[in-house]
Amino acid sequence: MASADSDTRPGEPEAIPQAVKIIIAGGFGVGKTTMVASVSEITPLSTEEVMTEAGYGIDDTEGVEEKTTTTVALDFGRITVSPDVVLYLFGTPGQNRFWFMWDELAEGALGAVVLADTRRLETCFHAVDFFERRGVPFAVAVNRFEGATDYETEEVRKALDVAPEVPILLADARDRGSCRDVLVALVTHVIRGRSPALSG
Amino acid sequence: MTPQEGRRGRAARRPAMPWYPGRGHPTSEGPSSGLSPGETPEGSLVRPYTMTRGRVRPTGTGPRLDLITIVVTARERREHALEPECRAILDLCRRPISVAEISARLDIPLTVVRVLLGDLLADGDIRTRAAVPAARLPEKKVLQAVLDGIRRL
Repeated sequence: MASADSDTRPGEPEAIPQAVKIIIAGGFGVGKTTMVASVSEITPLSTEEVMTEAGYGIDDTEGVEEKTTTTVALDFGRITVSPDVVLYLFGTPGQNRFWFMWDELAEGALGAVVLADTRRLETCFHAVDFFERRGVPFAVAVNRFEGATDYETEEVRKALDVAPEVPILLADARDRGSCRDVLVALVTHVIRGRSPALSG
Repeated sequence: MTPQEGRRGRAARRPAMPWYPGRGHPTSEGPSSGLSPGETPEGSLVRPYTMTRGRVRPTGTGPRLDLITIVVTARERREHALEPECRAILDLCRRPISVAEISARLDIPLTVVRVLLGDLLADGDIRTRAAVPAARLPEKKVLQAVLDGIRRL
């Protein structure tokens, strides 16, 4: 790990762990924070980012063409995967108008999970578009809500029109084992993408 | 909308999102760091920027402080020289912790935390380890550690 320790001073006794992040994306209320909570070693935390954005004529500032200050909450959890590596899981802001946070979240991200709800699949389209454009590897997890028609993963793949190598799994965001399987599929996909020669 | 309608060629309509009641913050889907349901964070916006004396970005030429930059206290310092918020940050960072987590646990907006960390870094009170830059993907052994760690969940 010493080679990557560009910010630590030589001779310091304690090595600082390397942090990596995975993004959990999807529409509002699709279960992003539930998924984070299922695998996080800490109760999910919420941090605020204060951003200045142009007034788009939405909410109560309708018609006001001015810069406004917006506070966006980011929900996240943590998994200490080894003494040297800490994984953070960040849920994307649920509301579409907080797009400006996505760039910062995506920067340096190891990969992303797109949570899909088959009752309103269109709510995850923008996440799929975003990660494809940015070249961020992603897996799709179809959260199984009660009352939702049980689509086969291949039907979802067709509807989302994603590449054949993109993992698509049925999942239960409340279930730790199920969320683990999704993350394992994602990271395996990421590793394969890095070393094409080894993927067969 | 059914999956058969597909992603491509859709009309890009963004449904209006209702304010979501019963959460600590209107834009949070999960537990709050400390606000009670219905309580808005606006009141906390004035005070944080007095902590930074109005600055909204870190001063100096230190490393970029990403959401997941890990921070650790480098030295103990005499309390009287520090703002209480900086004291709290140094207490919290005795164990390595990310910028996002400092913000959440101390209930200080990220922007403000970054400014305060920039000061502490310039004074040599903290050490940081930056996240992997976007251009340089995580090393293979880091990915393998992540995979092994997730499998143990």
